[in-house]
Amino acid sequence: MRYLLRKLVFYVVALWAALTLNFLIPRLMPGNPVDLMLSKLATKGPVTPTTRAAIEALLGTDSHTSLWGQYWKYLHQLVSGNLGTSVAYFPAPVSQVIGQTLPWTVGLIGLATVISFAIGILLGRAAGWRRGSWIDNLIPVTTMLQSVPYFWLALLLLFLLGSTWPLFPLNGGYDVYSVTPGWNLPFLQSVAYHGALPALTIVISSIGGWMLGMRNMMVSTLSEDFVVTAEAKGLTPRRIRSRYVARNAILPSISGFAISLGFVVAGSIVTEAVFSYPGIGSALLLAVGNNDYALMQGVFLIITLAVLGANLLVDLLYGVIDPRTRARS
Amino acid sequence: MAITTEGAVQAATAAPARRRLPPMTLKLAVGLTIAGVIILFGVVGPLLVGNPSTVRDIGLTGPGNGFVLGTTQTGQDVFAQLAHATRGSLIIGVVVGALTLLLSSFFGIVGAFVGGWADEAFSLFTNIMLVIPGLPLVILISSYVPNKSIWLVAAVLAITSWAGSARVLRGFTLSVRSRDYVLAARISGEKRWRILLVEILPNLIPLLASQVVFAVIFAILGEAGLSFLGLGASGSFTWGTMLFYAQNGLALRLGAWWWFAPPGLAIALFGAALSLINFSIDEIINPKLRSQTRAERNKWSVKA
Repeated sequence: MRYLLRKLVFYVVALWAALTLNFLIPRLMPGNPVDLMLSKLATKGPVTPTTRAAIEALLGTDSHTSLWGQYWKYLHQLVSGNLGTSVAYFPAPVSQVIGQTLPWTVGLIGLATVISFAIGILLGRAAGWRRGSWIDNLIPVTTMLQSVPYFWLALLLLFLLGSTWPLFPLNGGYDVYSVTPGWNLPFLQSVAYHGALPALTIVISSIGGWMLGMRNMMVSTLSEDFVVTAEAKGLTPRRIRSRYVARNAILPSISGFAISLGFVVAGSIVTEAVFSYPGIGSALLLAVGNNDYALMQGVFLIITLAVLGANLLVDLLYGVIDPRTRARS
Repeated sequence: MAITTEGAVQAATAAPARRRLPPMTLKLAVGLTIAGVIILFGVVGPLLVGNPSTVRDIGLTGPGNGFVLGTTQTGQDVFAQLAHATRGSLIIGVVVGALTLLLSSFFGIVGAFVGGWADEAFSLFTNIMLVIPGLPLVILISSYVPNKSIWLVAAVLAITSWAGSARVLRGFTLSVRSRDYVLAARISGEKRWRILLVEILPNLIPLLASQVVFAVIFAILGEAGLSFLGLGASGSFTWGTMLFYAQNGLALRLGAWWWFAPPGLAIALFGAALSLINFSIDEIINPKLRSQTRAERNKWSVKA
């Protein structure tokens, strides 16, 4: 219970820090994003005073209210779910844009990360168990793949599997012409077909890290005394591997999983840009291209919230699978 | 019993008094060679090639004909661009590496050494920085500043990437701090700064080295991503900006592999070389990872 409480307090503080950072960045930066944004908005349609007020609350101005007052107003806007109006997708509100793009990203990144984690852990387990085997010699190769930039690998895959041998579509999240979005089979097939190449990119470039981490932990755990005891007891090697060694070796990988999510999200923003995938990364880039500060702030907020949420989930799970963490705190 | 003694004897002979430098293994040699060649290319290359921005009327010619790596859409020499880009990316890597070292040692080592509320506060701050996703924050900050210098980009990258290594350093410092010899030094009246610098820091050097190497890889990758999105430092040449121009010049659709392949390959090779160096450093930090296998050490094998 104490463990749970500590974790919750930490995440509340982290959430507050993220919100405040989101509030402060536009105000600390040179220039006046509000005027810039309003002039952009004005070219697309009339700007109502409420819109202006909403943007001011979000981005800040040198106007009448104090920084403190602006801060409260900003928090109030967030609680009521008003993130302002997007310029790039005018006149859609930011929350709506995020609502439309988020499922794509969560689906793509979520699935790709879980697949990569599972394969990486299994390979790492095998490599650490039998050091010097062919699978262990794969490690330098996967490390090389890990230092390949996400977007360059994406470009390469597109070039090879999209242009040279056109096996996969070049861009988009589904075939816009032939299928209608919804829970029907042709649409889901189209989504899977379009998502295959981006997912492959993420899997290939992130698998090396899991594999290496798991392999090194396996090697370290194998020299623990309890493994010798298990061997002395005459347990089958398979049982030692999965119940004794792998079970302990996987723990750091699980806590690393949460931290790496941030990196995966970051990498996938660029990957989405290459594939023109209709996810939140593309929305962020469109926002950057159009000086759409409201959308930028909103997307940053959502990404941060998602990463925080995933971290919390992993932390809670960690407390369940490793009782020592609960006992210590 | 014979098994245990044999193992013990081997372990005793295998561990020399103190190992300052990693043994020259194949991995380390390959890593150092590749990294050395790329660094040399970045330092000397720009002096030997022509102006990378010169426009010629021979757009998109393949490798050969006086151009080692062909030309871009506007006839610029790809090889000359690569030389300047290598220098640019390496500068980013070095600057961010140094800044990360400073920030992470301050928040990681000093916090853990001082202890008490300072440690609590530093550790909380580190953990918060760790869970806030870096690249989106970098994108956000860079989009507010239209004209960025290469130093600003480096600073932003460092600010968003020090937390991971600070956490690692903190954990290790905590374990070193409570070792007996440190307590002995404290009891014998050594000054606190001396304990930190002379007793604790030398033990952290391999770890610091590996964290810096990671930071350099991370910085080069991060800058490449940022530049690829068109948010990099203005007027700079890095591997990322080359890829940005290649993507915008439709190098992919036109099949100009000599334009977009070299910068990415350079990043991958340099990253892999640094990782190989890091493997060797890891084997100092964690002796269990040294290439001798458990089965060899115990002289009896486990059949899986």
